[in-house]
Amino acid sequence: MSDLIRKTAAELAGLLASGEVSSVEVTKAHLDRSAAVDKAVHSYLYQNPESALASAAEVDRARAAGEKLGPLAGVPIAVKDNLTTTDAPTTSGSKILEGWIPPYDATVVAKLRAAGLPILGKTNLDEFAMGSSTEFSAYGPSRNPWDLERIPGGSGGGSSSVVSSFQAPLAIGSDTGGSIRFPAAVTGTVGTKPTYGAVSRYGLIALASSLDQVGPVARNVLDTAMLQDVIAGHDPFDSTSLPESLGSMTEAAKKLDIKGMRIGVIKQLSGEGFQAGVTARFNESLNLLANAGADIVEVSCPSFEYAIAAYYLILPAEASSNLAKFDSVRYGMRVEPNENATIERVMAATREAGFGPEVKRRIILGTYALSSGSYDKYYGAALKVRTLIQRDFDAAFAKADVLVSPTGPTTAFKFGDKIDDPLAMYLNDIATIPANLAGIPGMSLPNGLAVEDGLPVGIQLLAPAREDARLYQVGAWLEQAHENIWGKRMIDFAPELEVG
Amino acid sequence: MSEITPDLVRHLAGLARILVTDEEVEHFAQQLSVIAESVATVNKAIDADTPSTSHPIPMFNVFREDVVRPSLTQEQALSGAPDAADGRFKVNAILDEE
Repeated sequence: MSDLIRKTAAELAGLLASGEVSSVEVTKAHLDRSAAVDKAVHSYLYQNPESALASAAEVDRARAAGEKLGPLAGVPIAVKDNLTTTDAPTTSGSKILEGWIPPYDATVVAKLRAAGLPILGKTNLDEFAMGSSTEFSAYGPSRNPWDLERIPGGSGGGSSSVVSSFQAPLAIGSDTGGSIRFPAAVTGTVGTKPTYGAVSRYGLIALASSLDQVGPVARNVLDTAMLQDVIAGHDPFDSTSLPESLGSMTEAAKKLDIKGMRIGVIKQLSGEGFQAGVTARFNESLNLLANAGADIVEVSCPSFEYAIAAYYLILPAEASSNLAKFDSVRYGMRVEPNENATIERVMAATREAGFGPEVKRRIILGTYALSSGSYDKYYGAALKVRTLIQRDFDAAFAKADVLVSPTGPTTAFKFGDKIDDPLAMYLNDIATIPANLAGIPGMSLPNGLAVEDGLPVGIQLLAPAREDARLYQVGAWLEQAHENIWGKRMIDFAPELEVG
Repeated sequence: MSEITPDLVRHLAGLARILVTDEEVEHFAQQLSVIAESVATVNKAIDADTPSTSHPIPMFNVFREDVVRPSLTQEQALSGAPDAADGRFKVNAILDEE
């Protein structure tokens, strides 16, 4: 096994810049790793080695010619399969889009190409990003490299498992209610949901447009910061894209100073419902921060009690509308009933065959929440709760610069544990959902291993809108503090995967 | 008492253009009743005066320059279609034969 695959993106960037390795070598090492382990892990829905190597060769040529390259040029990356790519099928984990080759690149994908990051492949996800485990992918689940019998989180379990199994140093995810952060927590990796609008959604197959945010996934905070710097920025193709720059995340990740910072502990996101080992590690980190001179304060966000309920009205409502575009006309599958095949019957038969159970459930729920007679009681009421959650955050951020909580209530659970109990599955998102409802940035980073099961625990950092840099500043400090205590990176505790 | 009856599921699935089997209807009715009851708790948090938020970061009057730029060709736009003819999307009959 090549030791290139265990290097961070920043280290690889250094080796590439100094000419010690070529992008073709680095890309090849990761492709070889996938050939050895992805049968077991199943991070990828699609890989095209030739195309990845061709991109890598092009970066090597440009570097040899003395062309000016970006900081991550030549470092390969994996992309979640709900972002459109002109050279690879894009399915969003659904049968209804099987084999679809989009006619345009998502803005984020275009930025990766322009910055010289070879794309290794497209990663697995719960169908249309609806789920917390990848068990709702129409193409089978991804597995957690820490324990192949357990979920890698969802919806972005392909992206979390691809970096934690060393098949890629970097990946792109999307986060609608925790789909970057929960997978990061259960795989011992790092993931950020940037401020809403900080990264373009153009070419992201929409789940819930007012909640969706594309973001970076990696094995450490600095790499995550460098990747956010590559993909962030205003996009005229996305009318919700923020016009202003949020500054350099990479610089923030290098400060390593938290003295005087006010860290708010959210009262409602601790205690009951959280696994003992998750809570224990969380409290240890609070002590670390306090001992280093941070000011720990308690904040109360009483409306969070209603966040999941509001989320599971707003999301299905928006999804039912967004997914109406899969109508058997412009792209994807078409199923014709044997008789009387009017377009309406074709649409219904196509959507029956093309959508899985969770997608159907949420479309039906969303249709209900928006229907006359239930609109006020459901969707309308949820929009009001959204205001209350924003107010809770406003009040909390008046007292604290950064808020902290465990990322998820438990470590990785086993396949099948929650598959037929939608409400239990939805509760995984209890700590991550409020950030999406309020549009603020959030990060999950490794927070040690739970004593009871030896599995990774995540800690979540939250900052006010547009203050993503604070996440990287505190996150990088905390990561360093953990490494000092544990003696190595958290991901280095993961068991070796059997190769073959 | 179950708010989401099998008949309601059938009606909603029809509005959403999803064929559902009888078995699915029963299953979804049960699951969605539990979910609907749970999500209805949002009403406990609010009153008539609470303002609504539909979008997390408010933005107004977002325009871009009105300039002609390259766009998809007709061929590209049709490239993913299950069926096309004469440069157009081809679909089944809109109306019933009866």
